[in-house]
Amino acid sequence: MFSIILSTAVRYLFPLMLLFSVFLLLRGHNDAGGGFVGGLVAAAAFALYAIAYGVPAARRTLGVDSRVLISLGLLVAVGSGLWPVFSGQPFLTGVWAKPTLPVLGKVGTPLLFDVGVYLAVVGVMMTIILTLAEE
Amino acid sequence: MSLPDLILLVALPLLSLTMMLAFVRLVRGPSLPDRVIALDLIGTLGMGMIALYAIARNQPALLDVAIVLALLSFLGTIAFARYLERRV
Repeated sequence: MFSIILSTAVRYLFPLMLLFSVFLLLRGHNDAGGGFVGGLVAAAAFALYAIAYGVPAARRTLGVDSRVLISLGLLVAVGSGLWPVFSGQPFLTGVWAKPTLPVLGKVGTPLLFDVGVYLAVVGVMMTIILTLAEE
Repeated sequence: MSLPDLILLVALPLLSLTMMLAFVRLVRGPSLPDRVIALDLIGTLGMGMIALYAIARNQPALLDVAIVLALLSFLGTIAFARYLERRV
């Protein structure tokens, strides 16, 4: 059931969707977007890849086990919440770095929290989609 | 007639009419491929409506919604096509 049209389309659509998901992630803390939507778009890109090239190829492209991504994302999110606790502020206080980076803009723990959400959402969606596609 | 008026009074009603016709095809469609194409057309029309509304109300943030909808409705149509191919 390999389709040359679909695989050619996916070859340029896949990096484009991943790029757009990172764009949504980085913009999330002060505009429309965020880790959740970005993670969903990234998971959709991998689902498209799995449809075009098969589930084993999608697993190889993902690199790590999708369940590792879930725990890694939760760890990053909790870590971003614990960061201000060490300087005596309440849990999950937003701490921003003073200098702004040229591309990212303001960088701080809310962005780190969004990265955690992104990883967790990609992990959960890939676990669900790849398991269902293997049936 | 200014551009926002043109969009709100002419273009969006025409797109709504098209969406109703596509919905008729979705309900009546003799075969399953007809229904899949009608659903794809409804997704494309929704995209066009969001883009036009973003222009009329000068809200560029809405264009991101149109992009996400474009990517995901394409994915939905591909999944339907795969299901049809496997079933026949």
